[in-house]
Amino acid sequence: MRTDKAGWPLKLAAGAGIAFLHLPLLFILAYAFSTEEKSYQWPLPGLTTKWFGVAWGRQDIWDALTLSVEIAAISTAIALVLGTLAAGGLARAKFFGRETLSLLIILPIALPGIVTGISLRTAFGAADIPFSVLTIVLGHATFCIVVVYNNAVARLRRTSPSLIEASMDLGADAFQTFRYVLLPTLGTALLAGGMLAFALSFDEVIVTTFTAGQQETLPIWMLTELIRPRQRPVTNVVAVFVILVTLLPILAAYYLTRDTAETAGSGK
Amino acid sequence: MTEPAVSFAGVSRHFGTIRAVDGVDLEIAPGEFFAMLGPSGSGKTTCLRLIAGFDQPTDGSIRIFGEAVEGVPPYRRAVNTVFQDYALFPHMSVADNVAYGLMVRGVGKRARREKAEEMLSLVKLSGFGDRKPAQLSGGQRQRVALARALINAPKVVLLDEPLGALDLKLREEMQVELRTLHRQLGLTFVFVTHDQGEALSMADRVAVFNDGRIVQVGTPTEIYEQPRTRFVADFVGSSNVIEAALLSTLGVSARGAASLRPERIRICASVVEVPEGWLSLSATVADVLYQGAVRRVVTQLAGGGRIAVSDAAHGAVSVAPGAQAILAFEPAALHWLEQA
Repeated sequence: MRTDKAGWPLKLAAGAGIAFLHLPLLFILAYAFSTEEKSYQWPLPGLTTKWFGVAWGRQDIWDALTLSVEIAAISTAIALVLGTLAAGGLARAKFFGRETLSLLIILPIALPGIVTGISLRTAFGAADIPFSVLTIVLGHATFCIVVVYNNAVARLRRTSPSLIEASMDLGADAFQTFRYVLLPTLGTALLAGGMLAFALSFDEVIVTTFTAGQQETLPIWMLTELIRPRQRPVTNVVAVFVILVTLLPILAAYYLTRDTAETAGSGK
Repeated sequence: MTEPAVSFAGVSRHFGTIRAVDGVDLEIAPGEFFAMLGPSGSGKTTCLRLIAGFDQPTDGSIRIFGEAVEGVPPYRRAVNTVFQDYALFPHMSVADNVAYGLMVRGVGKRARREKAEEMLSLVKLSGFGDRKPAQLSGGQRQRVALARALINAPKVVLLDEPLGALDLKLREEMQVELRTLHRQLGLTFVFVTHDQGEALSMADRVAVFNDGRIVQVGTPTEIYEQPRTRFVADFVGSSNVIEAALLSTLGVSARGAASLRPERIRICASVVEVPEGWLSLSATVADVLYQGAVRRVVTQLAGGGRIAVSDAAHGAVSVAPGAQAILAFEPAALHWLEQA
């Protein structure tokens, strides 16, 4: 007998897997309300919401947050422009070395962050470029481009090439074709890619460590904060915030690309 | 003499070593409904793309109403295309799709909307303007593509396998409608097809393509009745090609091979029934395909080779696979083919 329903052992295993992945996140949330500030104690000795107020009032958190948002925004902007251009160039054109070039663009996301980090640090050092916000942005852009590029390429491959020809045929020049046909077609793919890129950049630690000078992004701030045994739950408050900030765009990106998956290539 | 709508002079398009189009000369008259017919890979679609400007010839020159179009981009040619996959913009409404050609030319919103509605009523789609292409059937999308191609009042309308994706009934309807539209608008229509029936029934003139070259240009009657080569005879209406050797056994002084249309052959029950002055062959019936109004009888000759016969299913001599049949035809039904 064949059945479409999974048996209970499989369900149990799947459930355990999901729980293992997500239960620890609940601890982060719980500790944000702990009254104990020197160490993580379970069960919680008491509940309080005062750490939210404390976190709100701390200037170092605000500085780190602003820096992180700034870097993520600039990296995403760079990635959107360069990733789209690369996708446009590589999606249809056929030339010698195209596959290699495509692989080279994707490589930074496959490489361990530490390799990207060390190589960038060495290169910046050799070129005598002082470590600054700019160097962090460049580091982040290397992998942000990949996300945008992948999304754009996938959408372009699903789009009928005759759409562009139809536009030209009806009297639109290259710019108008880009503006009225290509951009709307790519729209949701770029939005999704951009949000993923933003989320990736926002919580990046490794590459940031190697490309930063004195700057402290939010994830770096959290890392240093863990070492200091002072107002520990504040870190958890920030962590909860980071989960929300990264989760929401990813969810949005997921829904955006899912809804358009069937209609994107329906030129036929 | 008036200027031809489209003219090709020694046009070639080579992709590396592949000769997609190889030395094509062609003149299409203004107002003509012209078909480019050929199997896939014969160069007909490439020719259409050369007219539209999506592709440039490697050799030769193309003129549209006397004007050389070398290096003129598609958006500056008075030519519009109906694409095989329709290529409707999925993110735009039907009305915006139709009005696209006016929008990029900077025509105002109200004028655009009016003109689009007019074009939609021309293709019998009034009231569909607010829908998205995804909400239309295949036949309706085809009409939208047509309306969109016509809105810029092109001098030449190009249609790339316009009916290819439609089912038979719809295809027959659209054939009639395209012809009506063509008469109504008086524009030059150039369409590409691999369907010989479509080419013969719709076009004023047909060019038969094979291997990047035009094998024959003529009216549907000329193409059908007087195929120039073996290829045309076989591709258009699947004619029988009778070899010279076989003809000489029948006492015909052969000038090479000849084509013999299946419907010009009569099946006789015996030799005495063969009409005076007709030629006859004896063959074994291999298969009988009943097609409603007509039947197709495939016969096998003793010396090898097959001959297909097409006759009225009603009242014909009944034959069954395996039976012997006498195939009779007038000598005048033989059409001599060029050696090519």
